[in-house]
Amino acid sequence: MKNVILRKSRLNDFISILATMEKVMAPVAKGPKHFAFEEVKSAKEISLNYIPTILPPKKYFMPQHETLLEYDTREGQKMRAVAEVEKIVLFGVHTCDLAGVQCLNIVFSDRPKDLNYLIRKNKIAIIGFECNFYCDEDASCGLMGNYLPKGGYDMFFTDIGDYFFVHVNTQLGEELMNKTGVHEEARMEHMNALEALREKKKTIFKNEVDVDKNMIPELFKKGFDSKVWDDLGERCISCGNCTNVCPTCYCFDVYDDPDFGAKTGKRIRVWDSCQNEPFAKVAGGESFRSLRKDRKRHRFNRKFRYPVERYGKFFCTGCGRCTRVCMARINLKDTIRSLAKEYK
Amino acid sequence: MEKMNINRSAYRIKEAKILSARMLTDTEKLFDIALQNGESLDYEPGQFAEVSIFGVGEAPISICSSPTKRGSFELCVRAVGEGRFTNAMHKMEAGDDIGIRGPFGVGFPVQMFEGNDLMLVAGGLGIAPLRSLINYVLDNRRDFGKVNILLGCKTPLNMLFGDEIETWQTRMDINFSCTVDKGAPDWKGNVGLITSLIPGVDLDPANTYAVVVGPPIMYKFVIKELTGKKIPDNRILVSLERHMKCGLGKCGHCQIHNIYCCQDGPVFVYERIKDLKGAI
Repeated sequence: MKNVILRKSRLNDFISILATMEKVMAPVAKGPKHFAFEEVKSAKEISLNYIPTILPPKKYFMPQHETLLEYDTREGQKMRAVAEVEKIVLFGVHTCDLAGVQCLNIVFSDRPKDLNYLIRKNKIAIIGFECNFYCDEDASCGLMGNYLPKGGYDMFFTDIGDYFFVHVNTQLGEELMNKTGVHEEARMEHMNALEALREKKKTIFKNEVDVDKNMIPELFKKGFDSKVWDDLGERCISCGNCTNVCPTCYCFDVYDDPDFGAKTGKRIRVWDSCQNEPFAKVAGGESFRSLRKDRKRHRFNRKFRYPVERYGKFFCTGCGRCTRVCMARINLKDTIRSLAKEYK
Repeated sequence: MEKMNINRSAYRIKEAKILSARMLTDTEKLFDIALQNGESLDYEPGQFAEVSIFGVGEAPISICSSPTKRGSFELCVRAVGEGRFTNAMHKMEAGDDIGIRGPFGVGFPVQMFEGNDLMLVAGGLGIAPLRSLINYVLDNRRDFGKVNILLGCKTPLNMLFGDEIETWQTRMDINFSCTVDKGAPDWKGNVGLITSLIPGVDLDPANTYAVVVGPPIMYKFVIKELTGKKIPDNRILVSLERHMKCGLGKCGHCQIHNIYCCQDGPVFVYERIKDLKGAI
């Protein structure tokens, strides 16, 4: 839509003014290599030089717990369908996480639409932030092509030395920009600087696994019975860390949470994990993915093959979170490499 | 955090009342249910509903009546060991209120079946979803060719819908056989697995649709027999059991490869799923 710049010296003004009008969430340092999206009031609370947060911004779009219905059984089975929404501005979202939100958007807009998600999504403004270098060795945004922005934001910040280049992408983004009013018009020199940075990035971000991305769905199809899955099955401890931190894992459970007295209560939706053994179990006792290797394979296929067949999109963003949090040191890039080695 | 009403939420339940409830066996109970306000549940044979009891939760239950039955619909629920929902459901009696979402999923392609012979095979609780089709076919009998119904269950005591089965046995316009895995002193019928009934059926494979519904273990063996009868894979239909938690193709519990059983199924043409490992 339009391009502006923000002097780095004005970043704090931008955030503090924004925070007087909106609830602003941004990456905050919590410990060594440990960051989280949290509410901030000023720029000094924000860590812009961050590796992916433990939980992705998914937590704002699809909260870990959310109420779907409020029920009352005192007279029949009465209920009220609700959506819990909060108007927020997400600041500093990396391109991998922008891609993650785009994946969730596809799933929840697919019919039958999930209004809880869609209503909530429309209350969230997104300000993206470009990575000029790799965050760490676990990322595979080169392979997934997510190191450059591909939409999914209202505003997008790029660090160009003593200023941020800001792409204002939506009317909402422009409103936020104008309300804060600390920007300057972007000139040709700024555009050129951005261009130069993006060119340079192409030499930094490379396909990390040396496997053609377009061949990956076929590779997973061929490798369905690969010994790679036996190996992963032996190591995986089914903790579900990988699904919790994944920006595109959206599986959930729905259950009732009665109030004291049990006559009224809430029907809630909570995150679930396909890595848990009972996940695919039916009432009769049959479990359709009873082995860890079955579940691990299922999850990988749900990133690199099934959604490509169903939605024409990879559901891996290359953020590297699953590798970082895996207690069994299951490594996503190594898994793809091993499959490729076996089926080349 | 603001709470908004969403009237079009897919999680909203329809209030319903249990008109009657009776035990069919020691473990299965049949419920006749009507939606409140005279609304009708617009369903196809083979579809399922999410049944809700607030405070307990929701469970997917196949609709076991035919849509040709007006005014109300039936659900057959087996109480399983520690199953919280099914045991709560068994405590429900006529006059009690429950919630319904749905109907969901793809049912049996009855229009495609028209003009063809049918071979309907049910094992165990598989008779519940298949009964919706059987009764639909019987109520529209002239639209179909020869109708064979094969039924199997563990023992005569596990036989569901015994009174209806008696009428099926006496009808001249269908061929009905049943078998039990293990007989009983007063049982005069067949004893043996359901697969033992198939070789004896006289059918025209090019003009027959076979429908198989039963416990997961049954499919492989029954389909092998049907294939032995030269019924092509695209003329065999199965209804798969999975945990359809949300019914909306989202929650992931019922997923088989890239398929959501709750939206893409539960009824599938065998040809579509036969190469999906773990599907059957």
